[in-house]
Amino acid sequence: MGQSRAGKRETPTGLWTKCDGCSAMLYRSKVEEKLDTCPECGEHFRIGGARRIAITADPGTFEEFGHELKGGDPLGFTVDGKSYGSRLVQERKRRGVNDACITGFAQVKGLRAVLAAMDFTFFGGSMGSIVGEKVALALETARDRGLPCIVFSSSGGARMHEGALSLMQMAKTSAAVAYHRTGRAPFISVLTDPTTGGVTASFAALGDVIIAEPKALIGFAGPRVIQETIRSELPPGFQRSEFLLQKGFVDLIVHRLDMRDRLAQLLEYCL
Amino acid sequence: MPGIEAQACLPFERPIYDQLQRVEEIRRALRALEEEMKALREEVPGAPPPPEAAKRLPEIERKHAELSRESKKEEDKCRALTLEVFGRLTPWERVQVARHPARPYARDYFERVFDDVLELHGDRCSGDDGAIFTGLARLGDRRVLLVAQRKGRDTRERLASNFGMARPEGYRKAMAKMRLAERFRLPVVCLIDTPGAYPGIDAEERGQAWAIAESILEMCRLEVPLVAAVIGEGGSGGALAIGVADRVYILENAYYSVISPEGCASILWKSRERASDAAAALRITAADLLHLGVVDGIVEEPLGGAHRDVDEMARRLKATLIGALEDLDGVPVESLLRSRYRKYREIGRHLFAG
Ligand SMILES: [Zn+2]
Repeated sequence: MGQSRAGKRETPTGLWTKCDGCSAMLYRSKVEEKLDTCPECGEHFRIGGARRIAITADPGTFEEFGHELKGGDPLGFTVDGKSYGSRLVQERKRRGVNDACITGFAQVKGLRAVLAAMDFTFFGGSMGSIVGEKVALALETARDRGLPCIVFSSSGGARMHEGALSLMQMAKTSAAVAYHRTGRAPFISVLTDPTTGGVTASFAALGDVIIAEPKALIGFAGPRVIQETIRSELPPGFQRSEFLLQKGFVDLIVHRLDMRDRLAQLLEYCL
Repeated sequence: MPGIEAQACLPFERPIYDQLQRVEEIRRALRALEEEMKALREEVPGAPPPPEAAKRLPEIERKHAELSRESKKEEDKCRALTLEVFGRLTPWERVQVARHPARPYARDYFERVFDDVLELHGDRCSGDDGAIFTGLARLGDRRVLLVAQRKGRDTRERLASNFGMARPEGYRKAMAKMRLAERFRLPVVCLIDTPGAYPGIDAEERGQAWAIAESILEMCRLEVPLVAAVIGEGGSGGALAIGVADRVYILENAYYSVISPEGCASILWKSRERASDAAAALRITAADLLHLGVVDGIVEEPLGGAHRDVDEMARRLKATLIGALEDLDGVPVESLLRSRYRKYREIGRHLFAG
């Protein structure tokens, strides 16, 4: 249910781009080379699902599944005359994906795994019936094939346009985690900026190992809601990866440039 | 329960309460007449009434009969009015009934639905959350674990229960006691009534999301029957955290939603004032939720809402809970867990055909 922060766009367009961490003007190809992080200050820019898969999987190993899954507008949810159904169609066309999560088989440094990556640019990465279905499918498929499952979260929470059905995705995906746990392969949950609401409060918090990218916003309630409730300023660094590591809810913080190495290292330990 | 006079009534209930007031006035007048008649008749027990009484009694009796007829008429009018108002409640009005200051809370059902309630405190980790009650109880001839979200009637109670908003220790307490229930093969009954999990700094610091997620997962795999009922507000993840169950019920005027109508309105309509639009769009009423497959059944409320007849509401809730547990009696653990998994795996699928 969160909203994107200005300047944290997924793909900066043009030859040059400005870092909203250090304000440096950056050459786009340099940023891409650094996997969409700032070469100057290390700021992690948000990336979409396809890009996430591309920088995680060994080249040519990704076999997508579940791409045919496409949602509808079960409630006929309409805001000021504009229906969720028509917005879905529009977003699908614009983003070239069916929903906010991509799933498939891949190898990470030669190790087979099921990958799922959420896409914050599609309805704020919110979890509706299709995202829930794909996360559950990823975990079930991994369990049935004895494979580890790695899920990259990036989401504002539940997709309110699907009402209580989106709330139920929390139960669906958590049940799938429970099922995955009946096997011996690990479920690695990677929290990226931002991961809040019903996604954090379900599968994302249930990883055998929980990794966070640096400085990612991670929490249950969004900062704005908390501020409105307590009517005072939030402490600096509140709900960021480093804060959660210190409070004991995240196992490790990994820079995007090291992610593949760490994932492979973990998989080797856990398999 | 507060009497009719003490209740802060909702704007759309006003005509009903005005009518109730009229009925109450007539009843008071009737009682006064009855007192008078009794006094006149009993002046000299056994003996014929004194001449003065003999003159006045028929007059009073006539007045009494007249008033009785009027009372009956006004009561019928009141009933018709209530039927009319509650027969066409908007989703937003239902939310207000669910949040009614006189709405029965979990505590009001404790003595009416259960016997021998024994509270067990604490999450064995960091604290004891007043927003969630856990304890052992008898339900009919069964022993159960009772998990219930609390709200308060007065300021002290409201603060103690944090207005029904649980912190991580509340969910961890629920989880710990559910494991206890599993160990002793006790079914679990959950009463849901929360505006949502507490969105505060301390709650985040102690892992609100983690506590909710773990509680949901725990309920997905718990090896005893789980029955839940939304008795007031089913506020988002904070409700679901004790709401994964083999049978989920909702009271007729309760609601269950992914986000509060106000919260949804402020994000999508850019104004909290549009909460009634959001309430309608979110499909949060009992009938909608039954259609969506989010709940398994609706517990009908007494005419005018649960707050108008708490005893009757409690009787219906009790019958529903016992019925559900009877249904789940003797189901082998394996198939219980399998059907629970399939239920949540397939929720809403019928709406996405094609
Ligand atoms: Zn920078």
